[in-house]
Amino acid sequence: MAEYLILICEDENAYATATPDVLQQVMEAHGRFAEQVPEKGGKIVEGRALQPTSTATTIRGDVVTDGPFIETKEAVGGYYLIEARDLDHALDIAKLCPARFGGVEVRPIMVFG
Amino acid sequence: MSGSPPPGDPGCGGGNDAEDGVELGTVSAAIADAHRREWAFVLAATARVAGDLDLAEECVQDAYAAALTAWTRQGVPRNTGAWLTTAARRRAIDAKRRDAVLRAKLPLLIEPDSPVTASAPPGAGAAAEDDVIPDDRLRLIFTCCHPALAREAQVALTLRLVCGLTTVEIAQAFLVSEPTMAARVTRAKKKISAARIAYRVPGAAELPDRLDAVLTVVHLLYTTGHTAPSGENLVRADLVERAIGLARMLRTLMPDEREVAGLLALILLTDARRATRADAQGRVLLLEEQDRSLWDRAVIAEGAALVPWALRGGGPGRFALQAAIAALHAEAPSYAETDWPQIVALYDALLQVWSSPVVALNRAVAVAMARGPDAGLAQIGELEADGRLSGYRYLPAAKADLLRRLGQPAAAARAYRAALALTDNAAEREFLARRLTEVTGTPI
Repeated sequence: MAEYLILICEDENAYATATPDVLQQVMEAHGRFAEQVPEKGGKIVEGRALQPTSTATTIRGDVVTDGPFIETKEAVGGYYLIEARDLDHALDIAKLCPARFGGVEVRPIMVFG
Repeated sequence: MSGSPPPGDPGCGGGNDAEDGVELGTVSAAIADAHRREWAFVLAATARVAGDLDLAEECVQDAYAAALTAWTRQGVPRNTGAWLTTAARRRAIDAKRRDAVLRAKLPLLIEPDSPVTASAPPGAGAAAEDDVIPDDRLRLIFTCCHPALAREAQVALTLRLVCGLTTVEIAQAFLVSEPTMAARVTRAKKKISAARIAYRVPGAAELPDRLDAVLTVVHLLYTTGHTAPSGENLVRADLVERAIGLARMLRTLMPDEREVAGLLALILLTDARRATRADAQGRVLLLEEQDRSLWDRAVIAEGAALVPWALRGGGPGRFALQAAIAALHAEAPSYAETDWPQIVALYDALLQVWSSPVVALNRAVAVAMARGPDAGLAQIGELEADGRLSGYRYLPAAKADLLRRLGQPAAAARAYRAALALTDNAAEREFLARRLTEVTGTPI
């Protein structure tokens, strides 16, 4: 098994303006995802949601700046670290990952030594 | 590394009576032939042992180099593919043993869960002994054409790994610099190992999509070579041969796939007309201007015979439908006597499975033939309004031709100029300029 990071990139504004009903649906979708991954033969090592980029602080050298590294409409708002057999398996799992206001990016975790 | 043949060399000893070796020219020709015909088989089988594409390539290149010495001394083996595979795989095993620590750290190509049907290499005859080499060519091409790789990377990897072309040759064929192409190939190979793209043939559920990517790459190779003006770029002409070879290989390896038959048929039916696409001066000739007596009837017959098979069972795919259209053209006695209503019907079916504005443009041309230039022009007008084909040179070119037929030289000239502004290909520019001169009555 290898590890992959699923980065959930979505439109933050869509979440800021979402109704409680929509947010509830999103939570339920992530709950379903957590059940589907083991059914697919994979494993979620961990998964977290992030506060929006308006809360981000950037540091370059010694300079501390308010805001994210790059301002984009769609930003990473959460991630899952998963275990999968190979890229096809990881993509199979990532296709199930909820991201109704954007999409996901799948990155293999680098292995050292 | 020694050039001696591997022990248990399958099929060695054909024509091996002369003690003082074989003539170098014979050996060189045998190696060139084996390179063209067996490369994919040898590399695919070696990659499985090496667990790494770079190592596999290195070992296969070494094996071809070693063959020169060994075959000169001992004769060309009856089964060159098996000889080369055995030699390359032995090198891969040696290298892995020697650099066990290093190699163990490299991400391996993933071994499959399911067993593969083993088969002897092409032309093996009765050569294979107990050590049957698995035919991994499908794994190799599906890995090269994995959807996680960009199309241009899929194309480059297929030429490099499946066809055995050098980076220089691929760079020339696609008109990019060698460092650019080298970087493209390196990046793609790194992604395969780092992201663990599996070395396998996809399962039934994903096969249609994955196969479509493979067929698209092969067709793209064909059209890239086919569009090149003859003689101007020989490397590109070679792409045509490579694409036909790949289509034939897929047809052999996947005899039950209708779209594979469709692709081979499409390429053969198009290529049968190759000699008549341009005149002696290299000027592009339209379908209606081509000398049909020069079309290769044997190739047309081979392609046309595949079409009913590719279409059978209902719900034909886009390659089968394009092949059916190409067959109607190839078998028509003349441009005017072509079954245009049937071609329009096939384009309608094609649009159902492949909603592409380029297909719609081709349909418009067929509509003009079946129902008159006015009807075709109306369809082209819709495509212009649609906007997706802006910048596509064949749109103004087709429009210009219909306007010319309708006797509207001023409007036709405008469209020819628009087409010229979008065309880089020298032979096509020459054609458009000629037509522009005809409608304006003066040279530009």
